[in-house]
Amino acid sequence: MDEPTILDAQELEINMGPQHPATHGVLRVKLKLDGERVLDADCVIGYLHRGVEKISENRTYTKCLPYYDRTDYLAAVSNALGYVLGVEKLMEIEVPERAVAIRIMMTEFNRIASHLVWLGTHAMDLGALTVFLYCFREREEILKLFEALFGARLTTHAFRIGGLWMDLPPGFEEAARKFIDDFPAKVDEYEQLLTNNRIWIDRTKGIGIISAEEAIEFGLTGPPLRGSGIPYDLRRARPYGGYEQYEFDIPVGENGDTYDRYLIRMEEMRQSCRIIRQVLDRLPGGPIRGKVPRVIKPPVGEYYSAIEGPRGELGYYIVSEGSAIPFRVRIRPPTFINLQALKRLVKGHLVADVIAIIGTLDVVLGEIDR
Amino acid sequence: MMETILIYAVIPFIKIAVVVLVVLLAVAYLSWLERKLIGRIQVRLGPMRVGWHGLLQPIADGLKFVIKEDIIPAGADRLVFALAPIVSLIPALVVFSVIPFGPPNMLEGGLRWLLLFFLEPPSVNRVVESALVSGGFVTNVNIAVLFVMAVSSVGILGIILGGWASNSKYPLLGALRSTAQMISYEVALGFTILSVILVAQTMSLVDIVVKQQETGVWYVFLQPVAFVLFFVCGMAETNRLPFDLPEAESELVGGYHTEYSGFRFAIYFLAEYAAMITISSIAVTLFWGGWLRPFPNVQWLGVLDLVPPVIWFMAKVFVFLYIFIWVRGTLPRFRFDQLMRYGWKVFLPLAIANLIVTAGVMLKFS
Repeated sequence: MDEPTILDAQELEINMGPQHPATHGVLRVKLKLDGERVLDADCVIGYLHRGVEKISENRTYTKCLPYYDRTDYLAAVSNALGYVLGVEKLMEIEVPERAVAIRIMMTEFNRIASHLVWLGTHAMDLGALTVFLYCFREREEILKLFEALFGARLTTHAFRIGGLWMDLPPGFEEAARKFIDDFPAKVDEYEQLLTNNRIWIDRTKGIGIISAEEAIEFGLTGPPLRGSGIPYDLRRARPYGGYEQYEFDIPVGENGDTYDRYLIRMEEMRQSCRIIRQVLDRLPGGPIRGKVPRVIKPPVGEYYSAIEGPRGELGYYIVSEGSAIPFRVRIRPPTFINLQALKRLVKGHLVADVIAIIGTLDVVLGEIDR
Repeated sequence: MMETILIYAVIPFIKIAVVVLVVLLAVAYLSWLERKLIGRIQVRLGPMRVGWHGLLQPIADGLKFVIKEDIIPAGADRLVFALAPIVSLIPALVVFSVIPFGPPNMLEGGLRWLLLFFLEPPSVNRVVESALVSGGFVTNVNIAVLFVMAVSSVGILGIILGGWASNSKYPLLGALRSTAQMISYEVALGFTILSVILVAQTMSLVDIVVKQQETGVWYVFLQPVAFVLFFVCGMAETNRLPFDLPEAESELVGGYHTEYSGFRFAIYFLAEYAAMITISSIAVTLFWGGWLRPFPNVQWLGVLDLVPPVIWFMAKVFVFLYIFIWVRGTLPRFRFDQLMRYGWKVFLPLAIANLIVTAGVMLKFS
């Protein structure tokens, strides 16, 4: 017992997960409690490890792609974008403008869908059941769009090296436009239920505070980093895949607490809508697929392709030996790095806050364990 | 002799049986109502498959609970484990023994007609004159309010015992939470009821309603602060969202009933919903005029008397149950320490202040 407890009572050690309704999959947190106060927390991960990186070393560059859908299963489209951009860079393939624009649009749709799942589960963990169902109602619309274009809802296998699998189906643009016309009002609806709700503020404000310096030291990216006031967004900091053509704001927080991270993600959904609107307004015509050799054999070399996924910096470090099979693909999953901060964030809080903090880090175990 | 048996045994027994059955049925359909309403709030349908619009769902659920395997965890205190759900359910039902569903002479006419088939008119008169027989309640106790307070706090013992007897960590945390919650909110609840007693000058629930008829005003209009406090504290007493910390599915998995399965779990479930009905009934009795129609003494609204008092009572209770469910569909959950803070630092001082002001006003005008 390293820290004395009130009343000198025994520490209580409980296992939160891997079977637990609020650990978003199979995260296991070993909590040391003094009553309800958390003295220490340890994460145990790996329950969902499938060896995606190792599998990649035995598949051709094209065949790797579907596996990445299954890492962060809530952001399959973003995952595909990061990888195809990397391979295209290695091969020096030109991607036609139309494909670039559609990729951005679909990635932003994916960001909204992913944030909706985050908001729904986060709110549900804190007891607001209704928000969860509202979020999934809107997510359904996005999944329908995915299905129309990619043929699948969750594991989309969204993009191909050099462009897209097929062009937008008829009626897609109208459906997309209708969604982004309606969606900002829906975000207001969620905010009406939560943002000024006394209980919601009590539960999130001042919970899991992390300073900007610490956030950088932990290597946090995405909303957890921006929540601490650092406007670091790869779409702006290191533009990729055509993001430099579009206007959008990067929301940042002040206090680095759960409430700020909540506000940021809400605003990001609105900004994503704004980007999609711009894409739709000036959607160029033309082919959807660049000149791609029949067998993809990048020259010897390596490339680190990083994009701003919904959860933070998603990187693919691709090493090529000149064969049709990658020598190594190392994935930098954003939440794997973000999860490190959990131990630091929960110390001194109550059990109920652990749930809020796991929620605000927006972890996806498929990505952490790979 | 025959009359005595009728007055003290047969008729009260029938009444008790009816009340218990009605309450249990109401509990079952309250769960259906909740699922339907929450479904509406959350833009989905709720139960639709079993019966017309899922009307038979509660029965199917009950059946399912009965045929499930009954698991007692290793290391559990078997006796307490078995006893705890019952300790939780019984008090919620016992409280109904003193709650007036109708005026003291509600059953007089009907019973007189019925009994004339079996007895001589003089003894029929003697039987129906007893309030125990013809009142719209099981019994009228002159300390009913104290009785309600005492019995309803026993209910939470069931939760504590269940959490303790499971010999498991999550239930234990849930049990600890419910202990703290009970202490924090029962005190404030008591003070709000005290201010009603001050106004009514009686502790009998029947007399409190009768007094409301005499003054012609429901006590909610005399004691609005007390009512709001009572309702919020009542919500906390029944472990309903936003105060459902002892269960807190997403934090403590299921809280005190994590280890319970099958019919034992069903009893806990029944207890929670029965407690909702109990609190709503007490709120209606103390603040909303019990069985009285709106504006009980306004003559030209006499047409409202066509609706029997019991129906008025049930309608009012329904409104409160609706609010319970509505709140659940809207609000997130409090955190443990925040709940305690509100209990001790907001509700209790307000309740005491309200009591003092009430006492002062009463003193001035009496």
